[in-house]
Amino acid sequence: MDPNLRREIILEHYQHPINRGLVDDEHYEKANTHNDSCIDNIDVMMKITDGKVEDIRFDGEACAISTSATSIMIQTLIGKSVDEVKEIIENYEHMINEEDYRSDLLGELIVYNETYKQPNRKKCALLPFESIKKILAKKEEKENGI
Amino acid sequence: MNRQDFPMLEKDLIYFDNGATTLKPKCVIDSMVEYYSSYSANAHRGDYDISQKVDQMYEGVRDKVKKLLHAARSSEIIFTKGATESINMIAFGFMKYQLQKGDEVLITKAEHASNVLPWLELAKDIGIKVHYIPLNEQHELTLEAVEKAISPKTKVIALAHITNVVGDIRPVEEIGKLCREHQIYFVVDGAQSVAHLPVDVERFNIDFLAFSGHKMLGPTGVGVLYGKYALLEKMRPLCFGGGMNSIFSSDGTIEYKDLPTRLEPGTPPIAEVIGLGRAIDYLLNIGMDQIHQYELELKRYAISKLEQLDNITIYNKDSQGGIVAFNIDGVFSQDAAVYLNHYHICVRAGNHCAKILKDEFKIQNTCRISFYFYNTKEEIDKLIEVLQKSKDIFKIIL
Ligand SMILES: Cc1ncc(COP(=O)(O)O)c(C=O)c1O
Repeated sequence: MDPNLRREIILEHYQHPINRGLVDDEHYEKANTHNDSCIDNIDVMMKITDGKVEDIRFDGEACAISTSATSIMIQTLIGKSVDEVKEIIENYEHMINEEDYRSDLLGELIVYNETYKQPNRKKCALLPFESIKKILAKKEEKENGI
Repeated sequence: MNRQDFPMLEKDLIYFDNGATTLKPKCVIDSMVEYYSSYSANAHRGDYDISQKVDQMYEGVRDKVKKLLHAARSSEIIFTKGATESINMIAFGFMKYQLQKGDEVLITKAEHASNVLPWLELAKDIGIKVHYIPLNEQHELTLEAVEKAISPKTKVIALAHITNVVGDIRPVEEIGKLCREHQIYFVVDGAQSVAHLPVDVERFNIDFLAFSGHKMLGPTGVGVLYGKYALLEKMRPLCFGGGMNSIFSSDGTIEYKDLPTRLEPGTPPIAEVIGLGRAIDYLLNIGMDQIHQYELELKRYAISKLEQLDNITIYNKDSQGGIVAFNIDGVFSQDAAVYLNHYHICVRAGNHCAKILKDEFKIQNTCRISFYFYNTKEEIDKLIEVLQKSKDIFKIIL
């Protein structure tokens, strides 16, 4: 990917992230995730209706990589089914960790396909997805009545 | 000063994270290698020559620490793992048995986690109350604020001598006086001060002092708990085992050794203590006053330069320690640190373990520069140069 285009996409989502700001609505499930280095701190809330992601919102203070990744993630996941979401997360994680992955599933998220070159930033790129995984786990727990 | 003594400074590196840990001079590293390669034996077991030498060296460091702190006796010096362990020993080995439900401990929101969490946990254990003395607009602590915060229930005042984000030097001598007048235990977290200016536990009326070797040219894994002898006598060890007992038998008789050994259970970090001793020699040779004056000069120089940049917010212009907390406007602190790292400038981004300070700063995170005597004005000039062109930051970091 052309580095200028990559930078432009990341910057656009960093400076103007979509769906910033949480809402007070019980139909959303919420999770907080923060970086061990104790800086990035993001709240994510997701609304799933009939097995599909209807909306995701976020708030928090985080670096350019975390914030933009959250925004691009939201853009990518809205409208997908829970299974598709899981598949996207799996492939995204593979990409960040330099393993085999399907780029056709990831949309604009592929702007992070070279993040592995800065190992200390991998966590930033993965952070918002941790929240989604937490939310899905909570939801499954509820559905299985645990 | 003395840059040639530091192997790390041979690298292409500007190290501005001395608040986290300092670099080590070669003599400190060598002293530890020498222990391991020419008289490696345990302490306190001395029937043969090299083990006697270990005892001599190890106990010799106690005297050096005593001298550094102007303590009354060497047995008031306890070797620990570091400032964190020392403060935990104060809270859970001493205060736990001296304080009662409803007693107050005064701290501030600028304290490091290590001087917050032990008190909050102790509060859960025995029902003491932790109160925060308000800071002024510069996020500094004034004597008046301390005076005002004291109530008849106040039993402990626990403060960093120098805070690790704002870098203000607390008026410990005056606070020590207040504590004496009101019969309050005065606990000082010296993690950021002992390596940077003269400390006199007697003159400051400090009851307990905690600090870490690695923030004062020494190795990791060793620190000091200082306590007034009569108080340490009442401290209960948090760990029990070898080294610290004098008798025990199957009928339940147990007797522990005298201070300081009673509070140093198990085989101590011998090489580290020896390294710390060498670090103290090194510091005293330069002179603690000298170090403080030079750091202050660096700080003032840095502030005067940073003020000329229009994209930098400084949070602690006036504090007298060698710490500068700042942000590049519109840039998240971690991104700024990653950018500076690109030019081999090491600064720390984040909340610096003072997680409740954000209530005061109104922002969560800052970049922190923390100087030591081997830093130079030329290094500051380089920083300024890089910050000047930080409009390009995203070209560099993305
Ligand atoms: C003010 C202050 N207190 C306590 C500590 C804890 O020191 P250590 O981690 O060496 O125990 C630090 C370390 O950053 C500090 O800056």
